[in-house]
Amino acid sequence: VSAPDERRAVGERRWLWPSLAAPGVIWLVLLFLVPLYAVLAVAMGAPDPIFGDALPAWNPLAWDPSEFGTIFGEIFTGQLDIVFLRTLVYVAVATFLSLLIGYPVAYYVARHAGRYRVLLLMLIIAPFWINYLMRMLAWVNLLSTDGYVNQVLMFVGILDAPREWLVGKHETVILGLVYGYVPFLILPLFAALDRIDQRVIEAARDLGASSAQAFWRVTLPLSSQGILAGCVIVMLPMFGDYYTATLLSGSPKTNMVGKLIEQSINTGGGSGRGAALTVVLMSFVAILMTYYLYSVARASREART
Amino acid sequence: LSAAGTELGEKRRPAARLKAWWSNPWGKPRFLILFTWAYILWSLVPVAIAVQFGFNAGRSRSTWQGFSLRWYFQDPNLSVLHDPSLRAALVQSLQLAALTMLVATPLGVALAIGLARWSGWGSRSANFLMLFPLITPEIVMGVALFLVFVHLFGFVQLGTMAQVLGHVTFTVSYVVIVMRGRLFSVGREYEEAAMDLGASRWQAIRTVLLPMLYPAIWASLMVAFAISIDDFVISAFLMGDQSSATIPVKLYSAARLAPSPAINALASILLFASMFAIAFAILVMGRSRKKEGKGGSAVEDFARLDL
Repeated sequence: VSAPDERRAVGERRWLWPSLAAPGVIWLVLLFLVPLYAVLAVAMGAPDPIFGDALPAWNPLAWDPSEFGTIFGEIFTGQLDIVFLRTLVYVAVATFLSLLIGYPVAYYVARHAGRYRVLLLMLIIAPFWINYLMRMLAWVNLLSTDGYVNQVLMFVGILDAPREWLVGKHETVILGLVYGYVPFLILPLFAALDRIDQRVIEAARDLGASSAQAFWRVTLPLSSQGILAGCVIVMLPMFGDYYTATLLSGSPKTNMVGKLIEQSINTGGGSGRGAALTVVLMSFVAILMTYYLYSVARASREART
Repeated sequence: LSAAGTELGEKRRPAARLKAWWSNPWGKPRFLILFTWAYILWSLVPVAIAVQFGFNAGRSRSTWQGFSLRWYFQDPNLSVLHDPSLRAALVQSLQLAALTMLVATPLGVALAIGLARWSGWGSRSANFLMLFPLITPEIVMGVALFLVFVHLFGFVQLGTMAQVLGHVTFTVSYVVIVMRGRLFSVGREYEEAAMDLGASRWQAIRTVLLPMLYPAIWASLMVAFAISIDDFVISAFLMGDQSSATIPVKLYSAARLAPSPAINALASILLFASMFAIAFAILVMGRSRKKEGKGGSAVEDFARLDL
């Protein structure tokens, strides 16, 4: 190989991979990072004196944080605190219930399913590919006044008259959130439980642990990373959820933060407020996102060694 | 007497067997079996009922009145085929998903190859950037894209154009995730062997690496299609007017007020479309697994993708 050829080959080697990645990276910069900055710019913009809608302030020196002042004022004086608090409670309760349902399922499929494993996995993956809104629609049908749930409950004798499940009921919204997001929690749990070496548990049993002790002191701690990752994976979309409550309750009594954002963005003159609320939500979930990225980085480091 | 005894034994047997099965301490955990199947029924039966009501002969979405295809195409005004707004939503969803799939897949495949083979700080930060859209709450992305199209990229009209750009943005990362597993398992050896035999690097990618990636590329196309057709939030924020409403957007606005099971029929079509895409993806991946003589199942690969 002559010298210029070799030089060309080295040059090719150095630039080929980055240039393959470049279109995707440029796309994500222009349509992911720049839009995120636009949210900040609109939130920090001064309102247009005529139309009242926010004009984006692209220059950080011209930022006007008055929109945030208004929002924090409302949080502390009581108009907004209830919505934020409700969002927190819904997400916390729904995540906890999802874990309670998801862990045994993931545990069984990962460790004991035997010849049913592939079938069970298929059935567990299925809800991922069923539209979220369709799954909510299914519950709207079931929970309607003359729906199957009321019919069954009245037949069994628990209810005397049909119950209005779909108007402003906290339990219905939480049911919807759990139903909607459990599958997303099961898969990371499955992956974590599946990775545990069977011999470690056998060693615990050989050393005299009962099966319950082996579970509490070996299996559960070894799956704790999966538990945390799974909880974060369901909490992130739940914090931004607004459609579940709208579909299953449709009452301001069950609004979550996402609903306020949607309403502000869709009303004329409200985009400044919507953007500021989005920034507040984003900084809220930033901790969770950082944790998740950190755990992904750690996992890939471990996979490499 | 003995005949009566056997008969009694026969009668008692199922209950006794059930009891023995339940209390057998050496078998698998019984409670977990029941719990898992109960969960699966709970997670799928409501949807199955909703699909069933799409085939209802009557107007009710809660009382079964016999089977018909009325809400799919027979009803001259209200069926999915004949109601202009429902049909438009179906067309819009399919069109968006097809366009997204065709743009996001090449973009994502190139990004995945680049990230898998290129090492250095640039690669690490690009990898981070790629992960962000996966974990950002969708409403944040919806608001962000909406504001950027209104205030900065004014040449992009809200509507189909904006929706495609938005869908591609969050689908690319999924394509990368699907491709990545395959790229790691293929390794660099094949390209290096090709280059030792005189191929240029570009030829090695085109004639050696890409063919080995075909199953994963097919799976990516299908995943991109399914992810896009299922999206609600981004489509809703970026639609200009009702003409660019997709099926999920229609479900959102009509689920509670819907006058007829046509909305169930529409939702079922969506379900069939994404199920078909995913089944196809799993099949393609499963076949390539078999060809290479690997054990296990493509379903497991899919479950591990953490989408």
